[in-house]
Parts: sequence; C-alpha cells; structure tokens
Amino acid sequence: MIAIVDYHAGNLTSVQLAFDHIGVLCDVTSDPRRIASAERVVFPGVGAAGQAMRNLREMGLLDSLKSALFTGKPFLGICLGTQVILEFSEEDGGTECIGLVPGIVKRFVAPNATCKIPHMGWNTVEFVRPHPVLEGIDDETEFYFVHSYYPLPSDEKYVIGRTEYAGTRFASIIGKNNLLATQFHPERSGRLGLKILENFSRWNGNVD
Amino acid sequence: MEMLTKRIIPCLDVRNRKVTKGVRFQGNVDLGDPIEMAVAYSEGGCDELVFYDITASAEYRPIDIEMVREVARVIHIPFAVGGGIRSLDDMYQVLLAGAEKVSVNSLAVKNPSIIAEGAKVFGSQCIVLGMDPVKTDDPRFPSGYEITIRGFRERTGIDALEWAKRAQDLGVGEIVVNSVDADGTRQGYEINLTRTISTSVHIPVVASGGGGTPVHLAEVFTEGCADAAIIASMIHTSEYTIAQIKEELAKAGVPVRKKW
Repeated sequence: MIAIVDYHAGNLTSVQLAFDHIGVLCDVTSDPRRIASAERVVFPGVGAAGQAMRNLREMGLLDSLKSALFTGKPFLGICLGTQVILEFSEEDGGTECIGLVPGIVKRFVAPNATCKIPHMGWNTVEFVRPHPVLEGIDDETEFYFVHSYYPLPSDEKYVIGRTEYAGTRFASIIGKNNLLATQFHPERSGRLGLKILENFSRWNGNVD
Repeated sequence: MEMLTKRIIPCLDVRNRKVTKGVRFQGNVDLGDPIEMAVAYSEGGCDELVFYDITASAEYRPIDIEMVREVARVIHIPFAVGGGIRSLDDMYQVLLAGAEKVSVNSLAVKNPSIIAEGAKVFGSQCIVLGMDPVKTDDPRFPSGYEITIRGFRERTGIDALEWAKRAQDLGVGEIVVNSVDADGTRQGYEINLTRTISTSVHIPVVASGGGGTPVHLAEVFTEGCADAAIIASMIHTSEYTIAQIKEELAKAGVPVRKKW
C-alpha cells in the first residue's frame, strides 16, 4: 500500500487517479499510523511553503515523514512536496522547511517580459544520472510543471535531473538514497509521467 | 537548447454531453463524445485540454460534474473546465473532481472578488480567466477591444487590456484571450490583441479563436507572444492531427513537446 500524504496542500484527486489508472492501491491519509505502516510514501502538494509547513506541524506529520525516510521506505516528493523537503524556502518571507535534503528553494526571476512566472507547462528534463525510477524513459522527455520557486540542493550529488527556465538550470529531479523528488507533476505528465509512478511503485528504495 | 514548450490545447465545447462547434457562438453542430475525444487528443499529443459546458450558464444549472470525473479518470494531462461556475463551491467541485484548472468568464466580470477568493483558497494556478474581447473604434477603449460576456450577447464597457491587468492583480494564474471577431472563422488568431495582452502581464496568456492552420499557430506563438493556443475546428474536422501541427511548428522553430 502507498500512503499519499494529505496535509491540506492542494487537491490530491489527480495523484490518486493516476495510481488508480496503473492499478496500484493507495491511501490518501493524514494519519501518522497509516503513513508508518505504508510500504511507500508519496508526498505531493501545491500551494505556498509557509502554509504547508504550518499544516505539517499542526497535523503532527513532520516526524512521520522523517521516520518514513530514515526507515528506508521508497519516498516520492512532488512539486511543493519536493520543495519543503529542503532546508529553507524564500517563499512567504522565508520559511524553515523539513530539511531532509540539504539546500534551499529560490524564486525565479524573469529575465524579460516574455518570460512568465509561474513556470507553467511542459519542459524538458535532462537526466544527469540514471535512477531506477526513470527506467524506460528517454533523456530529455518533457514533463508538466507549475511553480514559481525552484529547488537548489547544496550538493550536485543530489541532482538527478535538470531543467532550464528563466535563465537557470534548476534541479527538477532530486534524489537521496530512498528519496526521489520531482518538481514537475508525474501525475499530470501523460503516459511517461505514469511510467514514473509505475516504476516508483515497484522500486525497493535502493539506488545501486 | 531546452526550453518551455508552447502548449497546444484542444477546446471541447460540450452541450448535452456532446462536443459541438459553431461560428461566433452560433450554428452549432455535434461532433462526438467528449470522453472519447479527450482520450484521442491526449494520446495524440495535445498538451492540455479545455472543456466548456456551453449551456450550463444559460440554463442556470451547475456544470456536469460527472463528466469532469470521467475525464479525470481517463486522461492524465492537465485540463481546465469552464461554464456555469457561479461560486467558490462550484470551483471546488470541479477541482475535486480532478480538473487542474477552473475557468471563469462572465462571472468574473460581474463579481471580480470571486477570482481573488478562488486564487486565495485554491491557488492562482487553478484559476483561469476567460475573456471574450471584441474589436472597437470607440476611444473609450485604449486597447481597441471591449470585453463582452454571455457569449458575445452583452457588452461590458470594460477595456480588454485593463481587465487583463486587473485580473492578474486579483490573482488569476492564466488568461485565455478568445477573440470574438476571429472565433470559428479559421482565418488566424488576433495577433495584435494577443501580443498586447501577453506582453503587458507576467502570467501565461492563451490565444483562442481563429486557428485554422499550423501557420496561424506559428504566428500567434512568435508574433503574438502567446504561451499557449487553443485549437478546435482544425482538429475536430480531422483536417490536421496534433502530431502534424507540432511537426510544422517545430520546423518553424517553435518549441513543442515531442515525446508522449
């Protein structure tokens, strides 16, 4: 069973429907016990970092997420979920985040009038290093993004994929041991996005 | 160089669970089943879809939520839904059913606070402003376009560019600029209108109305500075496939999604 963590950061229907489509059982939950007993954890989310962190604290979910990660469960971050696993975000006047991966989250700065913020739409992901969850997917495939802030891990070794926007080549896929986190939405990225979810649902959490 | 691709968005106008298409909002003919067409276009490589329940508003009934649920079950790319949205709860129902975005048009003109509230509660990225500007020589409209509502039936006295900027300030995440003059004509998008709005706001602008050939799309993406474009007749009639359109765009140097 996969636990999809519900911390009131956006609508989780599309994530749930994507797993339904590939025939994988999942449980949308805010219950720390259900997260603890799940085989795998999906940590999605849209919205703002400040509110997301407040919700996670108030709902008592910070420890569940940390222990899910430290017990070696396959862990998938998506969009805002990917941002708040870093240490700090510039959003909402500066927000302390969970700190599962060293690094920060910065706001895009539009270099000109035709460069729109948010970064919304399909953009290419260049695979920097192979990963079991990316198996069967070509390098430079396009995925669906919607975000105004981007993750900046402190060490290149955490970067699995990169994407170029607003004059920066940001980390669009981050990996650390049993954690994989995408800035894009695999659940909204058509057949190849579903392939990522399918690979994740079979991944044992090892990268070697 | 990699870059954000231009989105091609088929528009499905739905009436009584059938996709329909008219010219300047009139003379509609039925084209097919919305669920089947959504699957075909998604598998054919479109980047997003938009559904308008075109009679919900006039019939004072809520949007067809069951249809939204069915669409969300069968396609896994973003889609927007509009028509018949009257309240925050209507927006919530559409998003909860699995739509990525909800599109408001007439409602936003009558009650602009609804877009501010929707953006605050659900996030800007969920709230799309649809606008139907019509050309005018009246000097009261500096952009040369006046906003109409209720499918061109009612003029509002609001300038198109002013409305776009105001909507951005209120928190909408994207603007669909549907030219009333070009709608259904297949003679090309309104390039000036699209460019004027797209270069004056910092949120994505979707061109709509008038697309008939891949050349029209290339024009609106380059000269018109559109971030995305809506197509309807040109694929509903099977005159073009999405793959053909994208191939032509790529040849013209427009970045498009190639793998699906």
